Amino acid sequence: MIEVNRKGDVWVFAQQHDGKLNEVSLELLSKGRQLADRLKVPLGAVLLGQNVDSLTVPLFHHGADKVYLAQHDLLETYQSNTYAKALCQLITKHKPQIVIYGATPRGRDLAPRVASAMKAGLTADCTDLDIGDNTDPSSKVTHKDLLLQIRPAFGGNIIATIVNYDRWPQMATVREGVMVLPTPDTSRKGTVVKDDIELAPEDALIKVLEKSHREKRINLKGSRIIVAGGAGIGSPDGFQLLRDLANALGGEIGASRAAVDSDFINKDHQIGQTGTTVRPALYIAVGISGAVQHRAGMQDAAKILAINTDAEAPIFSIAHYGIVGDYKEVVPALTKAVKARA
Amino acid sequence: MAFNSVVLAKQVPDTKNITGQAMLDDGTVNRAALPAIFNPEDLNALESALALRDRCGGTVTVMTMGPPSACEILRNSLCRGADRGILLTDRRAAASDTLATSYILSCAVRKLSDVHLVFCGRQAIDGDTAQVGPQLAEKLNFPQVTYVEEILDVSDSTLRLRRNLGDGYELVEAPTPLLITVVDTANTPRPPAARRMLKYKRARGKAELSKEATEKFGKGATADIEKYMAQRCEQLSAKGLLIEQWDLDDIEADLTWCGRSGSPTKVHRIQSVVLTGNEHKQIEPTPQAISQMVHELIEDHTIG
Repeated sequence: MIEVNRKGDVWVFAQQHDGKLNEVSLELLSKGRQLADRLKVPLGAVLLGQNVDSLTVPLFHHGADKVYLAQHDLLETYQSNTYAKALCQLITKHKPQIVIYGATPRGRDLAPRVASAMKAGLTADCTDLDIGDNTDPSSKVTHKDLLLQIRPAFGGNIIATIVNYDRWPQMATVREGVMVLPTPDTSRKGTVVKDDIELAPEDALIKVLEKSHREKRINLKGSRIIVAGGAGIGSPDGFQLLRDLANALGGEIGASRAAVDSDFINKDHQIGQTGTTVRPALYIAVGISGAVQHRAGMQDAAKILAINTDAEAPIFSIAHYGIVGDYKEVVPALTKAVKARA
Repeated sequence: MAFNSVVLAKQVPDTKNITGQAMLDDGTVNRAALPAIFNPEDLNALESALALRDRCGGTVTVMTMGPPSACEILRNSLCRGADRGILLTDRRAAASDTLATSYILSCAVRKLSDVHLVFCGRQAIDGDTAQVGPQLAEKLNFPQVTYVEEILDVSDSTLRLRRNLGDGYELVEAPTPLLITVVDTANTPRPPAARRMLKYKRARGKAELSKEATEKFGKGATADIEKYMAQRCEQLSAKGLLIEQWDLDDIEADLTWCGRSGSPTKVHRIQSVVLTGNEHKQIEPTPQAISQMVHELIEDHTIG
């Protein structure tokens, strides 16, 4: 734990994998920038690894004022213990007031280990962050300018805002895709702060024997238009009508958890609280009732068109356009209308 | 070699089956109306531990922290094949966040001797944080392997494990003692065995017995309650059916790190997710109306 430190930086953990930065780290820099500006403190990115100097440049382009760079042979491949030890040493030395991580499997492996060692608070899987004041209900003491850590809880049925006013740094992991990826400013420059880290071979107890990285064949996050199907599609074949529409629109296919659990389509397509969070220009929800867990992953779409036989389905309450009808008739008609344009 | 494993399990409200009625008017969750279940990925963790014991020998102890009603998941674990169940219950542990919880669990695991492996589910469905496993590993000074899908080779003091990271796999070798968190694709948990159910359905924890006695004799009847308790405990214990129960004193926990005082994170605000009842444009399912809508979407550059 470090002392409450109002002058401390805002830090983003810059996650890299085989010398490539994870996109969520860049997304977090845009949010980190806002937080740092509100607090009038520098925004730092923390980069751990070996021979990763070149990655400092995109971190500056995406908003970092400083990059804290620690390189070590034992940091070449990620493992929880070495990375947690390195990060704790940097936190203890530089005393940031906020540290945020992407809620990737790796971020969710690392952040709690660091929080435990620092005896600091950590909130998982935030969907938003802000700065605000908190008054403790029992002591009536007001703590100013805290990190408001906002996340769904209870399976998405409630939204909780969490604060941590005494045992710093204030830390949170943030879901991928919920922050907007900023356009890089290639003229931005910053300071590299190089730090030496003390690690011993006995800190690296896990041997990674093999790694296989599977690129998702579909890119939901980068897609402007998504045609998504739910339980109402009824069969894997039903998705063909959705594919025809998506092809006509140049979009991707998404799915609700119910459709994935029924094996209508594979998990790469899943949108929602478990799955991908998307913010396309147009989201067409077909046969999706709109459970809160699904809405959490798509409600920020600019335009939502819902097609459902049930006029009372909750999806209509967040839709901009609604069609009550059988998708087997509506979707082909829509495909035809789209093809007829121009 | 034979491994002594501890499985940490949690009883959770079934958040996947929340109905409208389970939310109170003020937007808070009506916990009382939610069925309490065995956290799904903790069942996968239990299965992994049981399968390893079947393969290599050793023991499986299931531990849960919660109110007396959490004895239910210990009974369930015993029916599925666990060797021992321990309930950690103490009012002073209430309001613990993940950090305080992992501290309490670390004191309890330390109380057991010769633990080689700690198994946790990847995350619990009430909070979805996935934090307690890694935090506990740090407190025990164990290495951790999260997102484990399969235990491959096992030698004297190392395990080869396959992790499923969603967008790929990792094959790792890790020494014991070790903490692992298990994902839901790891296995299909075995059902409770009929023979074990006949035996263990009668297993009880002390806190349950005390509730039973109070209901039977009324609150004031201290002497009767004490007598009944002593008798029942002795009976159950003789048959191996008394579920062990520990409190914070038993595990020698430092109270400053437990409950509210041990929890750095505080709830600032809770909002229920309310549908705003957005006005949407109702489109008739006719080719003309659909065409008109597509035209509008082209006009506002939503589709090109």
